[in-house]
Amino acid sequence: MPELYFPWIEVSILIPLIGAAWVHLLGQRDNLLTHAIAFCSLTLALTIGELIDFISLGTFEAHDHWPFLGWIFDPSVFVVDELSVFLIPLTALIFLVVVMSTLGTKAPRFSLRLVLVLESLTLATFSCRASWALVALLIAAAIPAYLELRRRKRCSRIYVLHMVTFAVLLITGYAIESTGVLIPGAMLTAATLLRAGVFPLHLWMTDLFEKGTFGTAILMTTPLVGAYAVMRFVLPIAPEWALQSIAVLSLFTAVYAGSLAIIQREARRMFCYLLLCQSSLILVGLELVTPIGLTGALCLWLSVGLSLTGFGITLRCIEARISRVSLSDYHGLYAQMPMLAGFFLLTGLASIGFPATVGFVGMELLIEGAVEVYPWVGTLVVFAAALSGITVLMAYFRIFTGSENRTLVPMNARPREKVAVLVLTVLIIGGGLVPQPGVTSRYHAASELTKHRKDLSLVQTPPHVELIQRSKKLSQSASD
Amino acid sequence: MTPLEITFHILGTAVIASPIALLCILGLSSLAGYKLGESVTSRLTQASVWLTSLPTVGIVVLMLATGIRYVPIELGNWVSIPEQHFHFHLKFAFDRLSIPFLLLSCTLCGVVGEFTRRYLHREEGYQRFFLFYAVFFCGMVLSSLASTIETLFVGWEMVGLSSALLVAYFHNRINPVRQAERIWSIYRLSDAALLVAAITMHHMTGEGDFGGLMSSGVWPEGSAAIDSSQALFVGVLILIAAAGKSALFPLSGWLPRAMEGPTPSSAIFYGALSVHLGAYLLLRLSPIIAASLTLQIMVISLGAVSAVCGAIMSRVQSDIKVSLAYASLTQVGVIVVEVGMGLHYLALIHIVGHACLRTMQLLRAPTLLRDVNDLENKIGARLPNETWSDAGHRRPKFGRWWYRFGFERGFMDVTLDTYVVRPFVCVASFCDRIERTITDKISSESSRESDNAELHPEKINRVA
Repeated sequence: MPELYFPWIEVSILIPLIGAAWVHLLGQRDNLLTHAIAFCSLTLALTIGELIDFISLGTFEAHDHWPFLGWIFDPSVFVVDELSVFLIPLTALIFLVVVMSTLGTKAPRFSLRLVLVLESLTLATFSCRASWALVALLIAAAIPAYLELRRRKRCSRIYVLHMVTFAVLLITGYAIESTGVLIPGAMLTAATLLRAGVFPLHLWMTDLFEKGTFGTAILMTTPLVGAYAVMRFVLPIAPEWALQSIAVLSLFTAVYAGSLAIIQREARRMFCYLLLCQSSLILVGLELVTPIGLTGALCLWLSVGLSLTGFGITLRCIEARISRVSLSDYHGLYAQMPMLAGFFLLTGLASIGFPATVGFVGMELLIEGAVEVYPWVGTLVVFAAALSGITVLMAYFRIFTGSENRTLVPMNARPREKVAVLVLTVLIIGGGLVPQPGVTSRYHAASELTKHRKDLSLVQTPPHVELIQRSKKLSQSASD
Repeated sequence: MTPLEITFHILGTAVIASPIALLCILGLSSLAGYKLGESVTSRLTQASVWLTSLPTVGIVVLMLATGIRYVPIELGNWVSIPEQHFHFHLKFAFDRLSIPFLLLSCTLCGVVGEFTRRYLHREEGYQRFFLFYAVFFCGMVLSSLASTIETLFVGWEMVGLSSALLVAYFHNRINPVRQAERIWSIYRLSDAALLVAAITMHHMTGEGDFGGLMSSGVWPEGSAAIDSSQALFVGVLILIAAAGKSALFPLSGWLPRAMEGPTPSSAIFYGALSVHLGAYLLLRLSPIIAASLTLQIMVISLGAVSAVCGAIMSRVQSDIKVSLAYASLTQVGVIVVEVGMGLHYLALIHIVGHACLRTMQLLRAPTLLRDVNDLENKIGARLPNETWSDAGHRRPKFGRWWYRFGFERGFMDVTLDTYVVRPFVCVASFCDRIERTITDKISSESSRESDNAELHPEKINRVA
């Protein structure tokens, strides 16, 4: 397997861990946030380096190996491939902008140590392929949110119940994987769908948004670790009929979440359902297993990661100023925060695939793929997207318009928030105006994934199926 | 490429680039928090309109001089996956349909832009208006010139968004915002129909190019490359999209609500351009309509019902803008009937004439009372007070019923609320309650902290 020129993967995983230790050593200082931002920025720079290095290699997969770090990590554990190479910098960016947009006054409630540990775990997860290490990382990544719930003295039963079920299903499914396809496959599917929040296993997500800090909830959900788990554990082994059944379930989740997002009366819950709706659409694309559908899903993954993180941090910025945002009435905050209003609208529109934003092409591809496989049911993707669109603009109107709010307290974006917002804006608009490079790369990854899946299914064809295929071939050649 | 083709290409690209450049300038300055001055904003808008109009006129002159009837502008593929035959083709076309509509758009956008410069002078949202106006102008140019259904969809979406945002222009008041929410909801659902139609067409013909869809000839001579049952399916979707955008029956309820926006936007959207966009779509895809008799009957019926409803409703309104909006609906209904009957040129001339008249009427609407006073002063007597003609000629009970029908705006909103919105909300709320019950049972405390969210935390002095 080709090697990267520098151990980007290991270093980018270690830096946030070192950052967590550093922040712990510093204790309670005023400039703790600045230190955390520095570590997150460094991590992002390393992941971008990893991306550039990987592209320059022109290979499907690569790993890094460095004698100084070889004793910590087994070289075969962390491998970056075309599927994950964009997700790693995206994750680092999500963590950076969330930390950057944290107001100093709210920093004590938001554990930077746990955030940096979570970043390290998430980056490691995206650098791992199906293995026991990935199982361990997926389970470990659920712990920081649990610790936060405990620290905030909130009931964590719902979260724990779901995560324990997830862990048990994942461990058991992976342990018995070699014994067959059906039962282990079903267990792994259930585990990954639970992590992805597919109906009816989504309650842990709404609970986390209710009881956790908004920042942690965003970080736990927007990188779409569940979808990654589906891609690594389910996609290679599941038969086509099973994948298509899961796609229909995901489609139902998208419509269900889109419908519930409209009637929510509080901004966090609305965001949670909007995210569920969009992430379910990504799952639909992944499970179609057609090159177009897969490309659409992978493109949408990047766009949802960018746009919904932007949408989320804007809501979080507003929450940090006025506390929880009710959507039962109009707040009229436009005059106080015009920049955040503009960004809220932009990211919201990008998340629903509005033209000239990063989500547009991905959504088009996804709909094309869905309609190709299910001509009738596929139109539900369009319906779910329409529902999300209604939710986004309704939320915009409720928060920023509809009333005159003449408070003299300054509420506009702070410099750090502005930087976070502008970085995402550039990516959202840039990706929307020049989508071809992203689409080409994602299509290549989708093609490789389809090819790998085909290869694997050839290898794994059960003897009786092989016998039937052979007899069919024989009868065909006889008739010829 | 011949020199003539190169000239066409340069001029065509300028037509498309100008509104996009305007949108980029106004949008980026707004996002960066930099407030452009009023005169700069309006001059940029006027410059953009001129830079779109003049190259269009140049193209028209060249077309007339050379006898060319169809000028395609190929800007290549925005996105393509050659292996999967997927491409998002940026193709625009100047033909007998797009040129009049584009020139109409430029003229009216220029006039209304100039009107707005004074009308909104020193208004707080001056820059915001022109930003949304730029989105609209860009959307209109893209929709008018689109030669593929995907490009049309891009413009279509931009027009819808700007429409909703401009209805909510006076965003300190609650009513405009509520109306904008409603309009956006209708638009989104009708846009979904257009998107499904676009994808279906892709699957049927392998491309979204109108040229490929109309297998032979340029507008209006082409014939559909799909059979009648396929045409019926796609046509119904397109009809839903057109009904949403042009406020045809039974989706007319949003039209009076849209009058909450400032007068210039009401004039340009609901008197002139946006309201005709649905009819324009039907006109553009008229070969598909011609391919299915059932579809033709549906189009004619929908247009006729909308025209009759618009006529009744416009006569009983007490608000001049709303009355004019329904009068527009009447004419749009008649235009749709003309499209259904295959009278393409008549429909196009009707669109141009009606849009100009209605824009003028709507722009004069704020000074209506003053105009009436002036007129009465000049003739030296009161103007005759016209009664509603239908009510006078029919039996009182029947007349009253029609009066109520018009006054209640055809019961369309009530029907949609009762049979679509309410059941949807009921089902969603039921699911939400079930979720609450489950989480409450599992949790040792109330599972919803969001219930405690204050309604207006920004009103008290508890901000951070």
